[in-house]
Amino acid sequence: MTRGNASAFTGAMSPSVRLQEMIRVIRGARTQGEERGVIQRECAAIRAQFRQADNGTRSHNLAKLLYVHMLGYPAHFGQMECVRLIASPRYNEKRVGYLGAMMLLDEKQDASLLITNSIKNDLSHSSQYVQSLALCTLGCMGSAEMCRDLAPEIDRLLRASNSYIKKKAALCAVHIVRKVPELGELFTPASRSLLSEKNHGVLHGAVVLITELCERNPDTLEQFRKAVPELVQIMKGLVMSGYSPEHNVAGISDPFLQVRILRLLRILGRNNDTASDAMNDLLAQVATNTDSSKTAGSAVLYETVLTVMDIKSESGLRVLAVNILGRFLLNNDRNIRYISMTSLQKIVQTDHNAVQRHRGTIVDCLKDQDASVKRRALELSLALVSAVNIRSLMKELLLFLSSCPPELRAHTTSGIFNAAERYAPSQRWHIDTILHVLTTAGGDVRDETVPNLIQLITTATELHCYTVHKLYRALITDISVQSLVQVACWCIGEYGDLLLRGECEETEPVQVAEDDVLDALEMVLQSHMSSPATRGFALTATMKLSTRITHNVDRIRSIVSIYGSCIDVELQQRAVEYNALFKKYDHMRAAVLERMPVIDKSSPGHTNGESAGGSIKEMEPTKLTQEVVLPQGPANQVCDLLDLLGGSGEPLQPSPALSTTALGPVSSTAGGDLLDLLGGLDVTPVPPSVIVYEKNGMTLKLQTDKQTDTGMTITLTATNSTDRDITSLTLQAAVPKSVQLQMKAPSGDVIPAHGLGQVTQTVLLNNPNMVSLKMRVRVCYTSQDFVCQDTVQIDSFPSPAW
Amino acid sequence: MMHFLLLLSRQGKLRLQKWFTPVTEREKKKVIREMTLMVLACPPRSCNFLLWRDLKIVYKRYASLYFCCGLGDQDNELLTLEVLQRYVELLDQYFGNVCELDIIFNFEKAYFILDEFLVGGEILETSKTVVGIAMEEAETLQEVTHTHSHLSVTHLPKYLNMFLLFSQQTMEEYMSKPTY
Repeated sequence: MTRGNASAFTGAMSPSVRLQEMIRVIRGARTQGEERGVIQRECAAIRAQFRQADNGTRSHNLAKLLYVHMLGYPAHFGQMECVRLIASPRYNEKRVGYLGAMMLLDEKQDASLLITNSIKNDLSHSSQYVQSLALCTLGCMGSAEMCRDLAPEIDRLLRASNSYIKKKAALCAVHIVRKVPELGELFTPASRSLLSEKNHGVLHGAVVLITELCERNPDTLEQFRKAVPELVQIMKGLVMSGYSPEHNVAGISDPFLQVRILRLLRILGRNNDTASDAMNDLLAQVATNTDSSKTAGSAVLYETVLTVMDIKSESGLRVLAVNILGRFLLNNDRNIRYISMTSLQKIVQTDHNAVQRHRGTIVDCLKDQDASVKRRALELSLALVSAVNIRSLMKELLLFLSSCPPELRAHTTSGIFNAAERYAPSQRWHIDTILHVLTTAGGDVRDETVPNLIQLITTATELHCYTVHKLYRALITDISVQSLVQVACWCIGEYGDLLLRGECEETEPVQVAEDDVLDALEMVLQSHMSSPATRGFALTATMKLSTRITHNVDRIRSIVSIYGSCIDVELQQRAVEYNALFKKYDHMRAAVLERMPVIDKSSPGHTNGESAGGSIKEMEPTKLTQEVVLPQGPANQVCDLLDLLGGSGEPLQPSPALSTTALGPVSSTAGGDLLDLLGGLDVTPVPPSVIVYEKNGMTLKLQTDKQTDTGMTITLTATNSTDRDITSLTLQAAVPKSVQLQMKAPSGDVIPAHGLGQVTQTVLLNNPNMVSLKMRVRVCYTSQDFVCQDTVQIDSFPSPAW
Repeated sequence: MMHFLLLLSRQGKLRLQKWFTPVTEREKKKVIREMTLMVLACPPRSCNFLLWRDLKIVYKRYASLYFCCGLGDQDNELLTLEVLQRYVELLDQYFGNVCELDIIFNFEKAYFILDEFLVGGEILETSKTVVGIAMEEAETLQEVTHTHSHLSVTHLPKYLNMFLLFSQQTMEEYMSKPTY
C-alpha cells in the first residue's frame, strides 16, 4: 500500500505541508518553553481560522489541533469545530470531524449532544464510508441519550445492509447495550439471525453482541442456549478448515473468532448440563488439535481451558484441561507460565489435588526474575499450603520472603502468618516461623502481629524459657525492627526471671547478669530508632522486672523516675504511675506486676459483659472477630473499622492497654465503649425501609429481612437526586463485637443522577448472643467533584429486629 | 472489552491514545502517567502482563514504541498480544516498513486504521485484507472529494470510476515526492 503521508490532504500543497511542517517545527523545539511558544502561536492561528468562514482549510486546522491535543495541551475550543465539520457534506471534513469528536468530545461534554442529529443523518447516507464514520463514533463515545435516540436505526442497519456496515452496526449495538441495558431486547432478534452469516467480521460482531446480551439478561441467555449446536458447527468449521490465507494466524484459522465463540459457549454452558453436553466433543477436539507452538494457538487453548473448567464438563475433559495448564506451566515463555498460574488459581479450590501435583513447578516460579510471575506463584503457593506440605512449603516461602520485591512483602508476610496459623505442626515451629518473619521483614507485618504473637507465646507455657532466650538474642543483635523489639521487650519483662536463671532445655542458655538485661532494655528506651509504642513496651518491661530480679531494683527505680519528666506524654504518664507504684503502693506492686494468665483467643461474645479482674481484654480486640468483606486490602480496613467502633478515636494498640491495666480495674477502650453503647437500649419498631442518611442529594435507605432466629439480611440502597452522577461510592459497616457481619459486594459504585438508578449492597448479620443490635455505617463518595465522608449510627432497626 | 490503547515512545511521549470508556481529561493524564511509569520500567523479556487497579494491562514493545492496553477481567491476554501484533501489521501494510516517524507525522491515519480494526473496545474485523481494502477505498474517496471539493460525497457514485483513474495518477505523483 502507498505511503499515505502528504497525500492525505491533497489539493493545494500548502495546507497539508503546514500540518507536517508544524509537527516538524514542534519537534524541533529545543526546550519546553520553545515548544509552548510554538504551540501557542499555532493555536492562536487555528482559533482565528475557526472563526472565519469556510475556506477549505478547516480540516487541516482541526488536524493540527488534534496533534497539539495529543501532546497534552488544551484543545476544548476545537469542540464546536468538530460539530461543524461533522455536518459538512465533504467526506474529508467529516472524517476529521468525527476523529475530533472521538478525541475531544465524550459523553460528559454538552457539545456531544449536538452531533446526534448529524450522526442520525449520516447513518442513512448513501455512501457506506460515511455511514461507517457515524457508526464508529457512536460505538465509541455515544452517551446513553444518543444511544436511546439512535437504537432503532442501528437495529435497521443490523438487518438490512452489506457486511461492511452490519459488522459495525453489531459493535455499535454492543456499545448501546452497555450504556442502556434495557435496549438489549431490541437487538435480540436481529442478533440471532446474524449467526448464519458467513462473513467473519459480521460473525465476530454477532458473537460479541450475543455475549453481551446473554451476560445482562438471564432470559436471553436461556433463549440463546438453543444456538449452541449452531455455534459448535461454526467452531468446528474453523478448526477443521484448511489453510485460509485471509484468516490464518500462525496456523490457526481466525483465532479471534474462535476465542470469542469459546467465551460465548462458556456463558451458555455454565450451570446447564444439556448445553455443556452439546459442546463436550468440540472442546475435546479443540483441546487436542490446536497447535500451541505460537501465541495464537495458546490463546485458543487458554480460552478452551477456561471454558472447560467453568461449564459442567466430563471429568475426562477436565483432566485434559488441567494437563494443558500443567504443560503451560513448563513453557519457556513467561506469558504462558503467567496465564497458566492465573487459571490454576481459579480452580485451586475445586480441583485442589490436580493443582497440588504441580506444586513443585509453581514453587520454582517463585524464583523467577519477573515480578508478575512471582506474584502469581506466591498467590498459588499460598493457596496450596496444606497440613501435609506445610513444613517444606514454608521453607520455600521464607526463602522467597528474604528476596521478594518490596511490593509483595506485606502480602507474603500476612499469607505466611495465615498459613502458619492454620497448619502449624507444633507451637515451637509456629513461634520460630513468626520470629523468622519478623527478623526478615518485620517492617512489613500487620499491626495485629505483635499482640497475636504475644498471645501465642503465653499459651505455649513450656516454651517460655526457649522463647525468651531466642528473643533476647534477637534483641541484642538488632533493635531496628519495631515489631520484633516490642515482642522481645514484652517477653523479657514477663519472663526475665527465666532468662536470668541461666538454664534452658530447648536451647543454649545465655549467661547474663541483671545489669545486662536492664542494659538491653535501656538501649531500646534511649534509641532514636525506637517508636513511642516500643519505648512504652520497654519501660513497662523494665518495671515488671522489678519483681523478678533481686539486686538492681534501685536502678529500675531511677530509670522510672527519670522518665517521669520525659517529653513524650505517654511515657511520662507511665513513669509517673510506676513511680507511684514504688512509693505509695509498694505493697501492691508484686501483685500488680505478677505473671499474666494465659490469654484466651477471643471468641464471639467473649468480651461482652465480662470484666474479670485479671483478664486483659484489651489485648484481644486487635484480633477482629467480625468478618468484613470489603473491596480494598485487609489491613487498612481493619484499622478503619476499629476507628468506627472506637468512637473515642483512640487508635487500638496493645501498649496503651498494657499501661492502663497495670494500675487497677479494667479501663475502657473500644471494648468499654461498646459496653456503654449497649446499655439502656430502646428498640423502637419502624416501617421496613427507613432512610438512614440524607445529604447532598444522596439518600441511603435501609431495609431488613429476618432470615433465621439469629440471622438477618440488611439491604442498603443509595439513590441520588442531584443532577450529576455520584461516583466512588463505598460503604463500610461496624457492629457490636458479638455480632458477625458479612458485606456482599455492592452492585456498583456509581449512582446515576436524577434518581435514574441506585446502588445496593447486602449485609448479612448473625447475632448468636441476641444482643441489642446497633450499626455504624460510614459512607464515602464523590459528588459534584467533592469527596464526602460521613458516619451514620443506626440505633434502631425496622422490625422484625430484636 | 479493551478500556484504552496507548502508544508510548521510549522517552515516554504519547503517540496515540484511544479511550473506549468515558474518562475525564484529568483522569486520562493520570492513567497515561502511570502507564508510562509502569511499562517503561519493565526490563526486557519480562512478562507482558501486569495488574493495575482492576484492569489487566497487556503491553508489547515494537522497536521504539510501547503498545499498551487495559483489559477487562474476562478478556484473553494472549489473544490481546495477537491484537497488538495485528494492529502493527496493519500499520505496516499501510505505510510499508512502518516506523515511529510515520505514526508521528500521519497520526490521523493511524487512528483511521485503528477504527477499521477496533470499535468500542472490541475487534471489528479479523481479516487483514478487508481492513486494507477499506482504507484504500476511504482514501480514494477522500482524494476525490478533496481534489474536487465542489462535489459533495452524495454526488460521487456517478463519477467515481472516472476519478479513480485520475486519483491513481495523483497518488503515484505523490508517492514519488520526498517524504518530508
